Amino acid sequence: MVDQLNHTTDTPIVSMDEFLSESNAIAVRIEPGEDARLLLPHLDRLTLVEVAFPKFRDGRGFSSARILREAGFTGTLRAQGDVLIDQLSHMKRCGFDAFAPDVPLNPDHAATALATWPEYYQTAADKAVPIWKLRHG
Amino acid sequence: MYQYDQYDQAMVDARVAEFADQVKRRLSGDMTEDQFKPLRLMNGLYLQLHAYMLRVAIPYGTLSSKQMHMLAHIARKYDRDYGHFTTRQNLQFNWIKLDDTPEILTDLASVEMHAIQTSGNCIRNISSDQFAGAAADEITDPRPWAELLRQWSSFHPEFSYLPRKFKICVIAAQEDRAAMRLHDIGIQIIEKDGVHGAAVYAGGGMGRTPMIAPLIKEFVPLEDLLSYLEACLRVYNRYGRRDNMYKARIKILIHEIGADSYRAQVEEEFAQVKALGIDPPRAEFDRIAAFFAMPDLDANASDDLDLSHKDFALWVGQNVAKHKAAGHAIVTISLKPIEGIPGDATSAQMDLMADLALQYSHDELRITHAQNVVLPHVRKADLFAVWEKLVAAGLATPNLDLITDMIACPGLDYCSLANARSIPVAQKIADRFADLDRQRDLGELKLKISGCINACGHHHAGHIGILGVDKKGKENYQLSFGGSGAQDVSIANITGPGFDEDGVVDAIERATDKYLAERRDGERFIDTYRRIGMAPFKEAIYG
Ligand code: HEM
Ligand code: SF4
Repeated sequence: MVDQLNHTTDTPIVSMDEFLSESNAIAVRIEPGEDARLLLPHLDRLTLVEVAFPKFRDGRGFSSARILREAGFTGTLRAQGDVLIDQLSHMKRCGFDAFAPDVPLNPDHAATALATWPEYYQTAADKAVPIWKLRHG
Repeated sequence: MYQYDQYDQAMVDARVAEFADQVKRRLSGDMTEDQFKPLRLMNGLYLQLHAYMLRVAIPYGTLSSKQMHMLAHIARKYDRDYGHFTTRQNLQFNWIKLDDTPEILTDLASVEMHAIQTSGNCIRNISSDQFAGAAADEITDPRPWAELLRQWSSFHPEFSYLPRKFKICVIAAQEDRAAMRLHDIGIQIIEKDGVHGAAVYAGGGMGRTPMIAPLIKEFVPLEDLLSYLEACLRVYNRYGRRDNMYKARIKILIHEIGADSYRAQVEEEFAQVKALGIDPPRAEFDRIAAFFAMPDLDANASDDLDLSHKDFALWVGQNVAKHKAAGHAIVTISLKPIEGIPGDATSAQMDLMADLALQYSHDELRITHAQNVVLPHVRKADLFAVWEKLVAAGLATPNLDLITDMIACPGLDYCSLANARSIPVAQKIADRFADLDRQRDLGELKLKISGCINACGHHHAGHIGILGVDKKGKENYQLSFGGSGAQDVSIANITGPGFDEDGVVDAIERATDKYLAERRDGERFIDTYRRIGMAPFKEAIYG
């Protein structure tokens, strides 16, 4: 996981518009205002989806990620942009497994941040078993 | 009361450790203030005019004597010996040092308390009816529902960077004591075919564009509730405006697209989300609900009450409400003494209220959105003893719901966003109407003061509302009438040009005189206003 902290790729990544008009791309980038659901018919040929976080305060990408994972996307889901250490844990829970932050992240700080929570209250897009399930088996 | 198990405790402890690490990185310069800000805000830490302010959550307004003693301890040790109870069932400490915060959060965690999500653009402290579990008019205790939502919303991975803050309120009584429809989501537990479920309202709020939440879904059964709310939040997270901070609340989204369109989008999203299995089983709700079982009340408690002491009788008449169990009553402790600051309590007063709760109220206290404190389960036979102790501590002002039981935000005395002071105006009004006979003659009159357009003091929902504005560098006060946060919810209307500090007190007096002249049998100020309209009041005020 932490290997993917400052993720790079040679695969060309195209915009949503390009992707939806050009049929052979295998990697696409979603901007905050774009609808992740438009990608759902094409998930089987996508190997990478990059979700843009131009500003860390803009949390729309968290929903985009979950929508893709909930629909069964299994490729690489990468958060790019103003990605902060303290957001990693939430991002991972929403289904991100790779990060391309504008400012490279310190691996030790990231490891600490990712280990913050022993368990989680909710079901999300990761494999974590929610606390209510732990309570009731 | 709810008690943490090892999982709940581990979550809060983890948060304390995380925040300690963040404070360390901030102090060492590894993090900029800009990056630190949203993190400290999610831990309830604001930077104010003079110092840091820490906002502690009191989930759905319920706390034990041990927790109240801890708040007193923090006030004494880290602050200037007092705290401020807010309209959102939180407690604010006004004079906090950044370096002390990890230690304060550790102290709070030791009594199952925290400051998690008391600010920031996330789901905030869940608020509720202060009489929950005791009220004669409730169909069930709303707090198990609120606790379910507290857990679901804590550290929610998808909804921690929403367009704006998000406030949820849950009630289950006929009377709305919590301003439910002025929340981003308001939930009323209702009964249908013998089962309880949630009526969901969305898009209410105050601030610069006050709105009353429309009904979005008539009945959401318990087993769908989290999926349904997740759908509500996801539509908001994706489509709420992010271009303008003042238009980012869900009320603006729902207003712009319309409640029908919002409802349709939520239904569509719900169809997806429901399939994910995110709703806990009934057994989890039952586990939580068991903590809120009615305490072991004295089954032989008598309904007799000796009201021969005049002052005691006044207090009982005003500050004591009907309990669902025979021989018991609900006591509201007014934090609005005439010379005081609305909502403030000293550490000694907090300790005393905690002691009273332990001795007379089955170890429970509540905080009200009107900034008072409640002892929910008191035997009628003990009321006199409770009252005598409150009198000695200056906590027996018999003014609940009267004109001097004002809501007031901290205003320019503390708040960096303020345009005007709220506290001195509140004190001047209290002073003018100090005579108890006069207050009682005026009857129920909810007066609410905010120091700026953000409306933390609920002025839009005041029978009489006061808004502090800045008029060419001078503090100026706009007056409004006709708001309500109760089940007759409405938004107040501005009377006309604003006033200076003394002017606004005079104007209120002229308006209440007009009310006395015009009122018909049993009418409250707001009823008369609704019947005769603004014009006669305007004439009385501006002549
Ligand atoms: C002193 C520091 C405080 C700051 C910086 C602050 C900030 C704000 C801001 C910016 C808003 C407007 C949000 C919007 O319109 O989107 C707001 C609303 C509100 N605040 Fe505060 N506040 C403070 C204290 C308080 C206190 C002491 C209370 C309780 C007495 C409170 C309760 C509320 C409530 C009830 C609202 C209205 C809810 C709504 O907007 O729908 N706040 N606050
Ligand atoms: S209403 Fe304005 S002045 Fe009062 S606390 Fe809120 S932000 Fe501050």
